[in-house]
Amino acid sequence: MTGNLKNVNVIGAWLLGFLWLLPLLYAIWAAIHPIEYQVRFDIFAPLTFFNFKNAWAQAPFAQYMLNTLIYVTLTTSSQFVVCALAAFAFARFEFPLKNVLFGLVLIQLLIHPEVVLIENYKTIRFLGLMDTIPAISLPYIASAFGIFVLRQTFKTVPKALDDAALIDGANTLQILRHVYIPLSLPTFVAYGLVSISYHWNNYLWPLIVTNSDESRVLNVGLAVFSMEEAGVEWATISAATLMVTAPLITAFLIFQRQFIESFSTTGIK
Amino acid sequence: MKQTVSLAPFASPFAGHVEMSKFRKFLPPFLLLSPSIVLLLTFVHIPAIHTIYLSFFSTPKGRRPSKFKGLENYQDMIADPVFWKVLGNNVIYAITTIPASIIIALIMAQLVNSALPGRPFLRFSFFLPVVLPLIAVGNIWLFFYLPGFGLIDQIGSLFGLPNTNILGSSETVLWGIVGVSIWKESGFYMIFFLAALQGIPRDLKEAAYIEGASNWQIFRRITLPLITPTILFISVIATINAFIRIEHLFSMTQGGPNYNSALLLYYLYENAFVFWDTAYAIAQSVFLIVLLSIIGIGQIFLMDRRVHYQ
Repeated sequence: MTGNLKNVNVIGAWLLGFLWLLPLLYAIWAAIHPIEYQVRFDIFAPLTFFNFKNAWAQAPFAQYMLNTLIYVTLTTSSQFVVCALAAFAFARFEFPLKNVLFGLVLIQLLIHPEVVLIENYKTIRFLGLMDTIPAISLPYIASAFGIFVLRQTFKTVPKALDDAALIDGANTLQILRHVYIPLSLPTFVAYGLVSISYHWNNYLWPLIVTNSDESRVLNVGLAVFSMEEAGVEWATISAATLMVTAPLITAFLIFQRQFIESFSTTGIK
Repeated sequence: MKQTVSLAPFASPFAGHVEMSKFRKFLPPFLLLSPSIVLLLTFVHIPAIHTIYLSFFSTPKGRRPSKFKGLENYQDMIADPVFWKVLGNNVIYAITTIPASIIIALIMAQLVNSALPGRPFLRFSFFLPVVLPLIAVGNIWLFFYLPGFGLIDQIGSLFGLPNTNILGSSETVLWGIVGVSIWKESGFYMIFFLAALQGIPRDLKEAAYIEGASNWQIFRRITLPLITPTILFISVIATINAFIRIEHLFSMTQGGPNYNSALLLYYLYENAFVFWDTAYAIAQSVFLIVLLSIIGIGQIFLMDRRVHYQ
């Protein structure tokens, strides 16, 4: 590559990188400056926290944050347990109808939760779980994708380790807990990161099954806030948007490599 | 999962020398599977079958139970001009966002995979939209597009261009949504290309380089054929996403003006939870189930290959 061409590439690449950050930078600008500087780009514009305080005071974001944490933790940890059990059965046991059952599990990859949300809404209402956090989690706990990726990983565990554990007197659950899970931690981390960001970003289903501040998650809270405040300053909405996304952006900054690797190995959002 | 749990039937599934009944032998895997099976039946299989069944009935209203209507809901769907408009929007949305974001993703992956200075910055910047919620992304872009005040108009005014109203005008609103989607998805697809590019043996390219091949020839003759499976894989995911990722519509346009930016799932949501015309929304669900299943069968096929050959 000649020097000139390389320089063109570098400049082009940085421009594209900058362009990609621009929407977010613009929102940050609006959020940290007084309203009269919203569209006046003066480097010496005074900074302010007012927009954040204003947004924080207008909606129970702390409650939304707590609800989101509970929802995401509940979902991901339940997925770990339920999917690991099923994956273990598919990876290490022979039993009648095994392929049929595996096919039934994989069907979930075809029937996205979004297309059956009317029926799931009725089920949640029937179970008396409307407007609760478990209602948001339940449809996602048995994840075909989780079962699939964990099964692939469990299959790579040498069978000799099972036998060794059996000789030591371990039962099935102990073998899963002390042999398979420790050896599959990277897959759990990858699947966990993908699941956390999926659920942190989930909107449609939480919107439908929650209707009070006690159970609303951040995304729904933010949407309600932005729609109700349609007449209000952009600066406030930008500040609220940044507050909602700050935990994700921070986590991504710290765990950038793990995030990218997780998404590419599990290949699903 | 407590360590102390010790279920008798779990004791020795591998101990083939122990005589045991079939029941005892097959109980452990079925116990392990039972939570998943119960949940999947409750939230996937039964709802899907019930959705198809209910699509032949009318919406129950108050005391009046639903009546068998045969194919009437589907006939309504076919006769509904909004349905066709929304389906058309969704097709345009898919056939513009998918190729555009795949091409941009490939460029991004090449840049991040090269020896350019500032690669961590590029990787961060390209991938960041992927971790942001689409609702928040919608808010950010709404400000970007704001007539007169948004950055687009600010930049336009530097060149003496008139103010735009991208989201307010029927002709341009869908393109506004397409832009957001490309911004959001490209970084996600980039990481698959990145993995694929890193899997290409270095000596292949070096050999071609020594033979005097140009960069374009190397890309065209070596890189592109080797990443074709990745392109296929991404196309399938992208097609599904084009039909189920609609959250930005909620914060940006609510499908308007006059349904010009509405996508299928958004229209379904509106029929089901705004107009409460459940029967009609259910017929649309069936349409989506069939459509996404066809695409998804392709996905499973590709996913299986990916896992085996990587």
